[in-house]
Amino acid sequence: MFPANPQYHYEKEVEPKVISSMPTTPEPVLARVDSIIAQHRETLGALMPILQGIQQELGWIPEAAMHRVAEALSMPPDKVYSVVSFYTLFSTKPKGKYVIRVCESAPCHVEGAAAIIAELEKQLNIKMGEVTPDRQFSLEFTSCVGICGVAPAIMVNDEVHGNLTPAMVSQVLSKYK
Amino acid sequence: MQFHRAHVLVCHGTNCSLKAPQSIVDAFRGALKEHGLEQEVRVVETGCFGLCEQGPTVVVYPEGALYCRVTPGDVADIVAQHLLKGRMVERLLYREPALVKTVQTFPEAQYFQKQVRVVLRNCGLIDPESIEEYIARGGYLSLGKALTTMQPAEVVKVVSDSGLRGRGGAGFPTGLKWRFAARAERQPKYVVCNADEGEPGTFKDRLILEGDPHAVLEAMAICGYAVGASRGFIYIRGEYKLSIAMLETAIKRAREIGLLGANILGTGFDFDVEIRLGSGAYVCGEETALFESLEGGRGEPRIKPPYPTDRGLWGQPTVINNVETLANIPHIIEKGAEWFRGLGTPSTPGTKVFTLCGDIVNGGLIEVPMGITLREVIYDIGGGIPGGRQFKLAQTGGTSGGCVTEELLDVPMDYDSMAKAGTALGSGALLIMDDSHCIVDIAKSFARFFVHESCGKCVPCREGTKRIYDIVDGFSRGRGTARDLELLELLARTLYMTPLCPLGQTAPLPIMTTLKYFRDEYEAHMQGQACPAGVCPGLGSGLTKEVGAW
Amino acid sequence: MATVTLTIDRHKVTVEQGTTILEAAREAGINIPTLCYLKDLNVLGSCRVCLVEVKGARNLQAACVTPAGEGMEVTTNSPPVRQARKTALELILSDHPYECLTCIRSTNCELQALAESFGIRRVRFEGERVQKPLDDSSPSIVRNAEKCVLCRRCVAVCEKVQTVKAIAPQNRGFATVIAPAFEAGLARADCVFCGQCTLVCPTGALHEKDDIHLVWAALADPKKHVVVQTAPATRVSVGEGMGMAPGSIVTGQLVAALRRLGFDRVFDTDFTADLTIMEEGYELIHRIETGGKLPMITSCSPGWIKYIEHFYPELLEHLSTCKSPQQMFGALAKTYYAQKAGIDPADVYVVSIMPCTAKKFEAGRDEMSSSGYADVDVVLTTRELCRMFKEAGLDFAGLPEEEYDAPFGITTGAAAIFGATGGVMEAALRTAYEVLTGKTLEALDFETVRGLEGIKEATVDVGGLPVRVAVAHTLGNARKVMERIRSGEADYHFIEIMCCPGGCIGGGGQPIPTDLEIRAKRIKAIYDVDSKMTLRKSHENPAVQELYRDFLEKPLGHKSHELLHTHYVQRKRHQNM
Repeated sequence: MFPANPQYHYEKEVEPKVISSMPTTPEPVLARVDSIIAQHRETLGALMPILQGIQQELGWIPEAAMHRVAEALSMPPDKVYSVVSFYTLFSTKPKGKYVIRVCESAPCHVEGAAAIIAELEKQLNIKMGEVTPDRQFSLEFTSCVGICGVAPAIMVNDEVHGNLTPAMVSQVLSKYK
Repeated sequence: MQFHRAHVLVCHGTNCSLKAPQSIVDAFRGALKEHGLEQEVRVVETGCFGLCEQGPTVVVYPEGALYCRVTPGDVADIVAQHLLKGRMVERLLYREPALVKTVQTFPEAQYFQKQVRVVLRNCGLIDPESIEEYIARGGYLSLGKALTTMQPAEVVKVVSDSGLRGRGGAGFPTGLKWRFAARAERQPKYVVCNADEGEPGTFKDRLILEGDPHAVLEAMAICGYAVGASRGFIYIRGEYKLSIAMLETAIKRAREIGLLGANILGTGFDFDVEIRLGSGAYVCGEETALFESLEGGRGEPRIKPPYPTDRGLWGQPTVINNVETLANIPHIIEKGAEWFRGLGTPSTPGTKVFTLCGDIVNGGLIEVPMGITLREVIYDIGGGIPGGRQFKLAQTGGTSGGCVTEELLDVPMDYDSMAKAGTALGSGALLIMDDSHCIVDIAKSFARFFVHESCGKCVPCREGTKRIYDIVDGFSRGRGTARDLELLELLARTLYMTPLCPLGQTAPLPIMTTLKYFRDEYEAHMQGQACPAGVCPGLGSGLTKEVGAW
Repeated sequence: MATVTLTIDRHKVTVEQGTTILEAAREAGINIPTLCYLKDLNVLGSCRVCLVEVKGARNLQAACVTPAGEGMEVTTNSPPVRQARKTALELILSDHPYECLTCIRSTNCELQALAESFGIRRVRFEGERVQKPLDDSSPSIVRNAEKCVLCRRCVAVCEKVQTVKAIAPQNRGFATVIAPAFEAGLARADCVFCGQCTLVCPTGALHEKDDIHLVWAALADPKKHVVVQTAPATRVSVGEGMGMAPGSIVTGQLVAALRRLGFDRVFDTDFTADLTIMEEGYELIHRIETGGKLPMITSCSPGWIKYIEHFYPELLEHLSTCKSPQQMFGALAKTYYAQKAGIDPADVYVVSIMPCTAKKFEAGRDEMSSSGYADVDVVLTTRELCRMFKEAGLDFAGLPEEEYDAPFGITTGAAAIFGATGGVMEAALRTAYEVLTGKTLEALDFETVRGLEGIKEATVDVGGLPVRVAVAHTLGNARKVMERIRSGEADYHFIEIMCCPGGCIGGGGQPIPTDLEIRAKRIKAIYDVDSKMTLRKSHENPAVQELYRDFLEKPLGHKSHELLHTHYVQRKRHQNM
């Protein structure tokens, strides 16, 4: 083969937004993805239940899983990513084992969420939106999760902790350490 | 059926269950067994009782004794004193905020005296996992009545005549929606329950579903019969784990005994319900965005018209109602339109479930007749402002609602009066704030919420909410100017008049109302001056990053 | 048809039911400004630039999506309307780089034009702007998300017209960006580089990759013998880019202008279009006679080629193996022409003027260098060429008309119509008829394959053989045809597919604006070019005949196979290029 036109033959890359710690997602993980797809495939409007299943199962949605979903539902991957990137409960990056979601909506804000955030950041030594180096904890904002009756509140994975004061933060965290 | 001489109702709503009521239930069961009472006394895990601030709450029947802030350690006392010897445990009884006197039983508490429980009538009283208990309280009677004695058009007529208006926030007449959908000729039609409760400060739908899930299922089936639909969807927030679990159990049980599924009650009417979860997008509470999401897309609102009753879910005629709206339906069918019209105000009959939070003594879930004033809610039911502080403002209807001050506390709470007063009844969230709060700081919290939740489809909302945040953020750092104040007003007006969907159109309400009532506080923040409440400087510079982290 | 009567700015207007306020106003001669709106294609109501006041409504209404109602009273020009539109536009501008002076779309930008007509002299809102990396990963199209106003017109074209769906809105709210999956570059997507998105982009967010500097450098290099070829469709579109009316035929001025830029030879891709008809025609005949894969599908349109490689790789055998005229030209320029002119092929530098962004990608394909040299060195779109003319200060319209150079400037009308949908088919039929029957074709105009209908079908009697043909333009229509082939419904012999709406005259590299009306004018012009030619059948092209006699020997011969034919690759979907 002769050299192609060098002017047009280049593969520049724009760094994709989705970076996985694993360059390729191992087959056993994809097998789990496939079984989730199989479970919902016939559902009307299957995309959301499938993505929710993957998020639940893996704790995040790897790029390879999105390709699998796209293929299974005969939709382009940019549409899948479009949906994934729209919803805050979907994550395209691996998260900590415990995802701490802090509500900063008005009712929690009024009851002192800012102080809770400051304490969480201090205790975990990470900022909001980050993951601890040992991948134990992620700190995230969430919109109101309807636990305003016990504001300020946080969710650690599916568990809710309410009526918090900064002093209670370490106690809550110790439950997961 | 087994009879019990006493019932111990342990509130298992999310708010109370945070404080570990499972261990309370376990403690009761253990203590009862110890005393050989397990055959005589039944422990029931109920849905929310409403008095979240005082939780965990335990009610002991037949007396109706209301015990508050119960810990597992208190259980032995309740069993030994109350259930064995018939003496109430004084120290745990509910204490009226202003009074020294304890209240023996819950109907005596002022908290409950002004309440009228229609939607919440089963919440806190029945075991939400037991379809039998729901039926024993008259449940599924209305479905039976509708299916066997009424024509679909009659059902629609009763709902129309009742004057029921949508409780999700917009207040659209429910009967009208049903009539449009019934009139639509295309099949299939769908019934959708909007349980994507995202308005900050609102948790009524969650607690209704946790406490009385069958009421919503029954209502959806009635709606399906009325409009000619055989498939229903409940779109519920993915975060509402307990509600989802309760609904799943309820649907399973209803199918098992033939109250959902094919040929319900032998009438030939088929109706079934599926649960679909949201994944974290406030905008999906908007009905057309909800359809988009349910169909598997980005939750971006559609252009209206066409309206859902014409082209809704998958382009088919669809009735979409809020949880609370639906929970009213069985009662309306059972007791009739006249009865319902007897509650509330002429323009907005019925009751409204509110969630009280913020700086209030008794936060929680209440149900009151429409037209009650905010003052009654805050002071008579809510027990006023704690810590001897002064009332500053209340935000009604959640973050997309407006703020009201002292002088508006006597406006009757119904859709039209509230709108006239420049705010909104909305979803029923009531966020009460005392004088320790800075208005700029609060406004910034509102603004940040909308930056985060705007779907990004239309320009004024996508860019406008961001610029509003930028300006308010500037004020909180002492960088605001008189010109910024003008721009803020211009942006608020633009957002009120121009966005594509109600999210954007209501986003400026809290900004407009705080500007209207607390302009002086914004001005006090200008050009490096101080924050009167002493809140802003203390927040430091970390807050813009929060938006980035989101 | 039911009608409604409404009042717009105190004028009574009666329109068909279902008409939007925007269209009703246009009928009444009132032009409501729009930004995100594209008729029938992108009707979102998202930019809010077309807001109007409707009496009785709480909010201002977007005219592009609000149906006109009976008795409606609409005001399109009131202080609240003006202020709302202006604020909406200012908000867009507050999140837009202020780079008008250096922007590729300067003076031809809808956002700029709106800002000008709204009289915006200052953007009052300040704050964070979206920061996104520049995507220049593809050889054809540059994506600058910072200039994107999120109108989604590109998404609509890509999805609804081309059914490629390479880009979609990603993220939410202020962070929303139009991008391929995972916000990767276009090179990593299934993008076919057709460039239709660049035609509908109102700003400089999507545009052709600019290669002008390479051509200036080559022209300035005394060692290089720089030859240029002009695609059939360019002669009816370059004029627009130089300020002339749509549909102006500017063949002579184009040649003159190219000479003034300093090209050593000005040739015409029409020449190799004629050659394509010979090669492709004989290939078809060969397939019919030997029971080869049918239907055979044309292969001139590189966007279409990349599309079938991605989306229907199992049907690749249906493609004609002929290179496109652009590549045939390059291959011959560096062999036959270099030999004939006595120039070292290494010094021959081939520049193409194309209506197409995908041609840049085609020029870079591995298969396109069988002579030992890249067939084509640089591809310029019509838009880029116009910028060169402007930079050179040419009074384009006033130039005297000049003729192409020999030998690759001798062409026929059959080649010219390659630029319009149906043109290749018509050219092929003219030749096939005469070659197969040995008779002279009297009626040259095959009207059934002309025009803007999405898929055209015809059965043509060629000496007793009923030849069934189909013509499709846009990839959406191509997809329909492919599905018919896949299901076995298609019993055609020959199919012409062009990637872009209207064919190459509507290509992604053509002057902006390119809309339906302008496409129709260019098509009309190209058939005018054909009808005025003395030679209108490819096989009658004397230069082509000479080429076969002196160099190629015969159609489908050994040399042809080496230089003029190619093969295709199966592209995995959603993977790298």
